[in-house]
Amino acid sequence: MHPRLRPILDSFQGKPEELIPILQRVQGAFGYLPAEVLADVSRFARVPESSVYGVATFYDQFRFTPIGRRHILVCRGTSCHVRGAADVLRAIEDHLGIKEGQTTPDLAYSLETAPCLGACARSPCMMVNRKVEAGVTPASVRALLRKANGHGAEPR
Amino acid sequence: MLETALAAGIYVPHLCHHPDLKPAGVCRLCLVQVEGRGLAPACRTPVESGMVVRTAGGDVDKARRIAVELLIADHQGDCLRCAKNGQCELQRIAAYVGIDEQRLARLRPPSRRLPVDSSNPFFERDPNKCVLCGICVRTCQSLQGAGAIDFAFRGYDTQVSTFGGGPIAQSRCESCGECVVRCPVGALAVKNARQPSREVRTVCPYCGVGCGMYLGVQGDRIVGVRGDPESPVNRGRLCVKGRFGHGFVHHPQRLTAPLVRKNGRLVPATWDEALDAVARGFAPHRGHRFAAIASAKCTNEENYVIQKFARAVMGTNHVDHCARLCHAPSVTGLVQSLGSGAMTNSIDEIRFAACIFAIGTNTTSAHPVIGAEIRRAAQAGAKLIVANPKEIELARAADIFLQHRPGSDVALLMGMMRVIVDERLADEAFIAARCENFGPFCDSLQRFDLDTVEEITGVPREKIAQAARCYATNRPAMLFYAMGITQHTHGTDNVLATSNLALLTGNVGRPSSGVNPLRGQNNVQGACDMGALPNVLPGYQRVDAPEVRAKFESAWGCTLPEIPGLTLTEIIDAAGQGEIRALYLVGENPVLSEANARHVEEALGRGAFLVVQDIFLSETARLADVVLPAASFAEKDGTFTNTERRVQRVRKAIDPPGESKPDWWITCRIAQRLGGKGFEYPGPSEILDEIARLVPSYGGISFGRLEVGGLPWPCPSEGHPGTPILHTQRFATKDGKARFVPLEYRPPAEACDERFPLVLTTDRSLIHYHTGTMTRRVAGLSALEGEELVRMNPVDAQALGIADGDMVEVSSRRGTMRVRARLTDACPPGVVSATFHFAESRTNELTNAALDPVAKIPETKVCAVRVQRAG
Repeated sequence: MHPRLRPILDSFQGKPEELIPILQRVQGAFGYLPAEVLADVSRFARVPESSVYGVATFYDQFRFTPIGRRHILVCRGTSCHVRGAADVLRAIEDHLGIKEGQTTPDLAYSLETAPCLGACARSPCMMVNRKVEAGVTPASVRALLRKANGHGAEPR
Repeated sequence: MLETALAAGIYVPHLCHHPDLKPAGVCRLCLVQVEGRGLAPACRTPVESGMVVRTAGGDVDKARRIAVELLIADHQGDCLRCAKNGQCELQRIAAYVGIDEQRLARLRPPSRRLPVDSSNPFFERDPNKCVLCGICVRTCQSLQGAGAIDFAFRGYDTQVSTFGGGPIAQSRCESCGECVVRCPVGALAVKNARQPSREVRTVCPYCGVGCGMYLGVQGDRIVGVRGDPESPVNRGRLCVKGRFGHGFVHHPQRLTAPLVRKNGRLVPATWDEALDAVARGFAPHRGHRFAAIASAKCTNEENYVIQKFARAVMGTNHVDHCARLCHAPSVTGLVQSLGSGAMTNSIDEIRFAACIFAIGTNTTSAHPVIGAEIRRAAQAGAKLIVANPKEIELARAADIFLQHRPGSDVALLMGMMRVIVDERLADEAFIAARCENFGPFCDSLQRFDLDTVEEITGVPREKIAQAARCYATNRPAMLFYAMGITQHTHGTDNVLATSNLALLTGNVGRPSSGVNPLRGQNNVQGACDMGALPNVLPGYQRVDAPEVRAKFESAWGCTLPEIPGLTLTEIIDAAGQGEIRALYLVGENPVLSEANARHVEEALGRGAFLVVQDIFLSETARLADVVLPAASFAEKDGTFTNTERRVQRVRKAIDPPGESKPDWWITCRIAQRLGGKGFEYPGPSEILDEIARLVPSYGGISFGRLEVGGLPWPCPSEGHPGTPILHTQRFATKDGKARFVPLEYRPPAEACDERFPLVLTTDRSLIHYHTGTMTRRVAGLSALEGEELVRMNPVDAQALGIADGDMVEVSSRRGTMRVRARLTDACPPGVVSATFHFAESRTNELTNAALDPVAKIPETKVCAVRVQRAG
């Protein structure tokens, strides 16, 4: 068993209904849900591995690949959409060479979208490691990411 | 409501309902109009008195049509090329509802093609044809208990998926095919399926569970197998071997003509030549220089004839079979304590047990259908205790898992009993009324305080106490065991410990309780019943009892030897020492199955006249002077007796290939050539009639009665219904009481040391069977598992510099084998395991032939080994 998993499981009793909180803690600790860790979670929570996978794929919050050091979340809410979020997303994809849902091979960036970040008044917006960047344009993407490199915040 | 309607002949379309599963109500096709309530899914609506229900018309048709259209719009595939064409529920429903092409065209979604999973050798998964009814998911979770698949993703992306979406062959899938037979459409389909032109009802030839099945036949070939839903043993279920493992019957290596050794080589001969050669070889060695080894794979009638031939014609009690290597201690042990060495209860009672204790049995691998039944009972709320040195599959379903050291079973069980006695959880009324020798037994418990037991077994004391309380307080409790208990030098003690535990808690003689040894071979129970044992005649009637001999002598018209014969292991030793000069070996492969197997090969090569009767030229048959080609289970009539003592009919489906003949026919011809009288049977039915006359517990069993279904013995008379539960009124002992037996802990015969620091324990794979003679000749089974793997803990492997998949050498004091290593946490540090299914990696050349002093079983479960990377 992974040494970082043991302390997480110690705070649960090993019941099927604990699966989602366990997965949240695992993702909190590892940044994603590693397959070998999920096998142990399955055994502990007494839920078949296939059902663990079923639950984890049902909810958007869970991911199976490592997250980048800088996690970018582009808003696709109505307001952002109207004000050009699709162009912003394409600009980031072009700049980083990855698609939505992917991580750069050097684990520097990962890119995802969100249905709404709740900052509609400042659209189009995105989040880099939980910090909201407002009024983003395709032209400002490059500078923003350079700035993100500088502030050295830890990924979520 | 749906079932009521269907039973009344009113068709209500449905996709997600299956009678074996709880209703899910997801397909929305069985919607009906309930007056005063509107639309309701019939599958999930209970029928109430006074209800008025419309199954068609108006809103019902409209709602149904929309649901069907959406399904069809998303259903890709060409019906004519689909394996389920003509049996597809969606086709049937579409025809019933009526489909409008124009309405469909409007719905067709952007084409999406998902990859087809062909990784399993027996079936294909095509997600493009899937209707997401969930029958496969529910079957895998609740019926089989494997949980290999579930719904993954969401909305339109929803699909049935393995963990991580990988190929099914690399998942936890047990290849039982239960999902495939239940899939209403072509999403799950058997590869190369062919429709049989007729079906023959028979019994599976693999393990002791004895599942009822139908062989589907086209011409002279078996093209498919399906479970017999009427069988109380398996209620239609089968495992991977039973459902897909029949290909060996048509294997080109089947023996089709007798072989006689000439100038050192086995060459084809006629039956006359071969039988003459056998008679010439056997004739000079009548008496104690002859031995016969019968077969737990052959029918009752065949085993009966073999032992009758050995005793009545050859004048010796040297007759035994492979039960010696599996359940001899169950017979010696349970006869002592309960009076009868068989499962006390039946498989059908598992679902009503409050507690199940499985010790020394990897049930889901070795007895898969019983394993699934145990998992199912555990899901339904029965407490499950699993004790095993390895973390076996069943341990995942267990409430309490005790991982004790190999060979420490007596200590573990006595420790549990000590807790039960100390905490006054014993069934004192039962003990007082039905048992004896409780006092001395209690005294022997004194040595098993939990500190000592923890030290011997390696199991924390709290867990032992917890298991003891769980077993004692959840009644009725059913105890199961298999080779993990018996294959030890203290196998008889282990067995006695299990019966002590059951007696202590009053768990014998009641429904869903008992001591239940799971028998390995399809007919090992029957071979024992038929007296293929050196000390008893058919029906466990002792050869050293004059009145018994007199009865058989008058029936058989001969004089019978009175001294009990040698056991299987002793027969082989005696052959090696030149004391046995002629050996008749039927359907066994001791060169692979016996402990210290190299010794066996040497002993059989020592010049004794060896006749082997088999369906293939096995490793043992290659050493023979004469090889006689036998018919397989599918090519003959007879009866098998399964692990729960149920005598079941085996029926001939096809003709034996070439010149091969049923074993009973061959043995009778040999007996006649040697002057034997009373071997002129027209067929197996008449042999069974003779058995019924001589064996009281088979007294009421005949081919005629078995037409309807199996009968569990004792079935003493024509009208007797059979006995699923033993010892309900009295035990089968002389005074009718069960006997507690005081026990001591004895360690295994071989201890680890610096040179051989690891314990090797042998086990079984789900995919293969015994020495692989049958399963390795089924291409699909070999594709699923093609080679031996020694399983070891990553900690041990790391210390030895071994990585997963490395070729390693495993050596014991007796031999060495080269195999690949598989690293797994299922093996605790210090313990490695291997099967013995593969002739090229002969695990039993390593194992220790040290014997249990009473049962004479070798200790194949514990031997000291060393593992190193192969150079």
